[in-house]
Amino acid sequence: MINHIDVSSMLRKSVCELYSNLVTRPTGAAVRCEIEQELDRIGDRALTVIDFSHVGLLDFSCADEIVAKLLLQYVSTDAPRREVYFLFRGISESHMEAIEAVLERHRLALVTQHTDGRSRLVGIIDLEERRAWEIISQLGAGASSDVADAIGLSRDDAERTLDKLWRRRLLIRHDNGYVAVGSASAPSEPMRLDA
Amino acid sequence: MTTIINVPHSLEDKSFEQVLDQVAPLPLDEKIIVDTRHARWASPYGLTALLALAQSRAERPILYVPEADNVSSYWSRMDFFKHAAELYELQGRVRTARAAETSVLLEVTSISKSDDVHDVVDKIQQRAQDALVKNLNLDAKITMRFTMALSEVCQNIVEHAGRGGWVAVQTYTWRVRLGGRKVVVIAVADPGIGFRESLESAPSFQRKERWDDGQALEETVMRGASRFRDPGRGQGLAGVRRFVGNWDGKLSIRSGTARIAVLPKGDWDEDEPLLENLSYFPGAQVQITIPERVA
Repeated sequence: MINHIDVSSMLRKSVCELYSNLVTRPTGAAVRCEIEQELDRIGDRALTVIDFSHVGLLDFSCADEIVAKLLLQYVSTDAPRREVYFLFRGISESHMEAIEAVLERHRLALVTQHTDGRSRLVGIIDLEERRAWEIISQLGAGASSDVADAIGLSRDDAERTLDKLWRRRLLIRHDNGYVAVGSASAPSEPMRLDA
Repeated sequence: MTTIINVPHSLEDKSFEQVLDQVAPLPLDEKIIVDTRHARWASPYGLTALLALAQSRAERPILYVPEADNVSSYWSRMDFFKHAAELYELQGRVRTARAAETSVLLEVTSISKSDDVHDVVDKIQQRAQDALVKNLNLDAKITMRFTMALSEVCQNIVEHAGRGGWVAVQTYTWRVRLGGRKVVVIAVADPGIGFRESLESAPSFQRKERWDDGQALEETVMRGASRFRDPGRGQGLAGVRRFVGNWDGKLSIRSGTARIAVLPKGDWDEDEPLLENLSYFPGAQVQITIPERVA
């Protein structure tokens, strides 16, 4: 199911009705807890849009608490908490500065979506993974054979790369193939991924 | 016994060392009189550090207020006396603030909890755009980054100092070099535990062969060390360093007996990257200086 979480609303709900800036570590921790509670309500497999459109300032401490610690819980190459995918929207240039710094610190990556609908992979990601993600994103949906043909990998290597991207929750497994988080073919209407 | 501490005419980060040279040798419970009667000017650093000085004393000090009307009224405008009245016994005539000073971006403000940082950020955003973009010719992109840096340095007090501190922000003309260039200055001062003691409080802390305030500053400011085990910690000051680097600014942090400076690439300031064996002053005193953009 695609869910929409307005981070600014979470801030007002969890910390103070009057605040519009995400600053300080306790504020970040409170907002993340609120987001986690929201995620607990939506089931074990979901795509969630984390929307920063109405957030004024995001400082490094808050970016670490909200973005990095949220991803660390749900994105893991070993045993992720649940199959939750995140698409980040409404990220301004100054938000990005703080977000990129924390992604680098924790060696994480995420997908942002711009107002024109295009998606971008940001954070720490190796060249092969990036190329594989871009192939799937351009195709809308694809399988290891598509990636193997496009970037000259063996079928096994392509599958391993796609599996890694799935574990990092940058690709969604769907119908024996993969869909890139934020790709044009990602469902825009609410639907259950496990349907 | 009471000792009079003479405050220099121009009170900023470097001249404040003269104040500390007089105070550091005195027992904490010795009464002091801080004599600012002849002060002609004080930077945000000077004002916030004067408040931290009073906090650091066991015996409530006396403050002789500046005699010059314009200085006294300016310090009132900066809300200095509002806070000083709670920490010092004020002696002399305090002038009321005159018309609003457009150079003041943030009056001397108390920081002791997370909500204070929110209030400071909300307040500065309304004023920073004009000051930074129109008056200092800086790109509009700076406003958010400037506020982020301010937020991070204020949070250092809440997270690490162990007691409250102060922040103030102002624009003024920097006369050290280039015949006067406008700058915006953030000053943050606290009399808390300081960088060295903060790092020493980490459970994993292991004392090195050489370990002092200078080393603690280098570890924290240059290498992102933190007392917390959480790997996400220590990013705030790293972000502030990047910010000053991107805008040809300067960051200096004094703690204990040392002061570290991240220096500008341009030639508008000359300073030492690390000063050690200074007179002891508790806590941390941070200054960020961003110069106007010149063609």
